Amino acid sequence: MSDPTTTSMVTTPQAEQPTAPGMTSPPDAGSSAAARKEKPRGLLYNAWDDLRRKPMFWFSATLIVLFLVMAAFPTLFTNASPTEGVLSRSLGKPSAEAWFGYDVQGRDIYARVIYGARASIVVAVLSTLGTTIIGGMAGVIAGFRGGWFDSILSRIADIFFGLPFVLGAIVILFTFNPPGSANGVWKIIALVVFSLVVLSWPVSMRIMRSSVLATKQADYIMAARSMGAGPLRIVFKHLIPNCLAPLMVYSTILIGSFIGAEATLAYLGVGLKTPVVSWGIIISESQHYIRVAPWWFLFPSAFLVAAVLAFVMLGEAVREALDPKMR
Amino acid sequence: MGRYVLRRLLQLIPVFIGTTFLIYYLVWAVPGDPFAGKCGERRCPDAYIALMTEKFNLDKPIWVQYLTYMKNLLQGDFGQTYGGISINQLIADAYPNTIKLAVMALLIEAVIGLTAGVLTGLRRNGFLDNLVLISTLFLIALPTFVTGFVLQYLLGVKWQIITPTVPNPITWASLIVPGFVLGSVSMAYVARLARTSIAENRSSDYVRTAIAKGLPMRRVVGIHLLRNSLIPVVTYLGTDLGALMGGAIVTEAIFGINGIGRTVYRAILTKEGATVVSIVVILVLVYLLMNLVVDLLYALLDPRIRYE
Repeated sequence: MSDPTTTSMVTTPQAEQPTAPGMTSPPDAGSSAAARKEKPRGLLYNAWDDLRRKPMFWFSATLIVLFLVMAAFPTLFTNASPTEGVLSRSLGKPSAEAWFGYDVQGRDIYARVIYGARASIVVAVLSTLGTTIIGGMAGVIAGFRGGWFDSILSRIADIFFGLPFVLGAIVILFTFNPPGSANGVWKIIALVVFSLVVLSWPVSMRIMRSSVLATKQADYIMAARSMGAGPLRIVFKHLIPNCLAPLMVYSTILIGSFIGAEATLAYLGVGLKTPVVSWGIIISESQHYIRVAPWWFLFPSAFLVAAVLAFVMLGEAVREALDPKMR
Repeated sequence: MGRYVLRRLLQLIPVFIGTTFLIYYLVWAVPGDPFAGKCGERRCPDAYIALMTEKFNLDKPIWVQYLTYMKNLLQGDFGQTYGGISINQLIADAYPNTIKLAVMALLIEAVIGLTAGVLTGLRRNGFLDNLVLISTLFLIALPTFVTGFVLQYLLGVKWQIITPTVPNPITWASLIVPGFVLGSVSMAYVARLARTSIAENRSSDYVRTAIAKGLPMRRVVGIHLLRNSLIPVVTYLGTDLGALMGGAIVTEAIFGINGIGRTVYRAILTKEGATVVSIVVILVLVYLLMNLVVDLLYALLDPRIRYE
């Protein structure tokens, strides 16, 4: 496989991706460093080269790292407790000791927003992982096997895709997590993740399926098959590494949308609930006080939007870097 | 063409049955007492339970319940709520409002999104282009309820330009802001789709030919470029109309619109299973039919597409 920069005449982007297994597929990550050095520069290397020069990438990556640190070590940012309510400071305005003010229970909103990052990001990342793995696997199987298997899987995907997203999530969550039920924190998180995954895997499947269909006929797959590679080897060593890019871009953006979705469900009262602190819960609690305490609503919303924006922008930047047409 | 429509309609049937059964199962068959909290603080009287079990066939297996429901549905009867209100009536009251809201959202997103997309697609990398790119990113990142609350607070409460909630009966003018809120995310996608599509087609041969023929620029863009670039946008708008109705729950809750989203949300909270299923059935049907209509619209926009 030649260097993609010299074979830019090839029109299908999938076909010109070199296999570069050392950079893309985990099973081959153990190959010797010397072998990797001799490999031609792969698509991912080029993409990274491109990405490095984009301010949008650095901006969004910095924001994401900041949010991740916030989720992992909230105590780095604040000493205040997110759940300790002192009624005498109820609805206190933003001040030097409480930058974002206090809510109606007298809890420090700054601390709550910082601690809220964890639940929001955990839900979004877990849901995205689930969607990507289930949808991606279904897509690979449907695209690679084809025939009646593909038809059945695609129809099943259509069934889940036909459900309106918010409505479906409310029904699922309300059935398994009705208001007033005494589910533990992790169980509620698992249920929210489950409902998001169930309703969004068809999109991931379609993306993966179409890129598998486009790649399946590529010369290097034929070559691998003619050399006697089994279907498993072809799928894991050749097909998946070369089909992953569009799904990865979508998944990055999906993390952002899921942060928003979690907040929407919490706002509707069926998502995470109040001993947990998440951005959605804080916004949901603030909705009836928006006229007297706009800061209560404003700051968690700003964090939410910034987080969603960061992931959407990262996805955009990666998409542009991976798309050879944009070069 | 006729055969194609027929085949597509036949393909819709299993998807329709699957989706509706899934919802029916979730609403009716998941363990839990369907009468919990139905009669206030005390247990429901046995007579009531017997009556309702009879009315909703709760003692029969789930698929018998589903088939009975579907049989009635095919005759145009959505059934009744626990309280005996006809669900047909509930839907007839609420649905026109949701349609109005969704159409308003679609109009707003189509007009603003297309204008922004076409203008920036024609002149890339200018000030306007960057402005639209950044503002669409923001719109995508803003959840509907945040946009809704902020606009309601600023326009409705603080500056008092609009009424904070939509009055009943609904006027079109009062739906402008809720429509904008509902359509804001899609608007960003429309703008981006149109921009990419226009920018791609602008350098194509037929546009160059049209310019070389000496056609006025308005005709080149309006007839040649726009018609070819609109296909992905129309697909998006068509499927979005179905999605907007299902996604209107939040918008309707914020602005107090008595639409289908609010009705279904209230029904979920009060465990009115029959209402929930009926509304989801309608939403799924509309969504599937919109997808079909969009596919057929292709042929009008792009004569190269032929259905055998």
